[in-house]
Amino acid sequence: MQILFFILGAVALISGGLVVFQKHPLRSALWLIVNFFAVAGIYLLAHAEFIAAIQVIVYAGAIMVLFLFVIMLMNIRQPEADPKIPFIGRKLAGIILAGFTGLILIYGVTKATLTAGKEMAPGLGNTESIARSLFTDYLLPFEVTSVLLLVAIVGAVVLAKSKLK
Amino acid sequence: MVVPVQYYLALSVALFALGVIGVLIRRNALVIYMSIEMMLNAVNLAFIGFADYFKAVDGQMFVFFVLTVAAAEVAVGLALIVAIFRNRGDVYVDNLNILKW
Repeated sequence: MQILFFILGAVALISGGLVVFQKHPLRSALWLIVNFFAVAGIYLLAHAEFIAAIQVIVYAGAIMVLFLFVIMLMNIRQPEADPKIPFIGRKLAGIILAGFTGLILIYGVTKATLTAGKEMAPGLGNTESIARSLFTDYLLPFEVTSVLLLVAIVGAVVLAKSKLK
Repeated sequence: MVVPVQYYLALSVALFALGVIGVLIRRNALVIYMSIEMMLNAVNLAFIGFADYFKAVDGQMFVFFVLTVAAAEVAVGLALIVAIFRNRGDVYVDNLNILKW
């Protein structure tokens, strides 16, 4: 179990690094799919089968198809040109800032104290307990989500249709 | 043998930091967007780790909602990027300095 976690975590980290440091956006997108699959595998290890399934379907399927579609629509052949401001300075500043963020997060994680929580309802499968929770405790957020998706659809259509002058 | 929750958090932090690096050093708006997706994924991983640790389903519910919001966000954001590309011919964020005074 732990060995599997380490393998999947290494795959996720390496593919995540390749997403960031790959020159061409198309390659970044393909490595991001690998990253999503590795994270889905880790969800399976954490007994979240339903979330793993929708991770593969929604993220690795729908969202990445959208990304690849837009990348190919734009047909960006050339790699990123050199910016006007020296790149190495900004790269350095970015890495320092990100490392600082990571340090703050690590500090928070190591300072946190953990207590055991309540037990999951016995005799229920993962999907079943999620469905039970979704349609009782989380009914209002679930319904609001449908409004959000409607707004997103309308917004995407309006934005992609009109010529911004 | 069960995976300790600290490992989930460590991996989550590492993925999140990678996403921050991507947002800060890349200039292509699409790659910045992918890095944001990676950060959302890192937070989801922390939620799932805690859901497993506390044996509660609430963490997974939050991941469900984050996934939905991410899908909506990608639809709108990519529409915006397409509009910018139509308008200006590229998607490099340091060329988008109209709002800079």
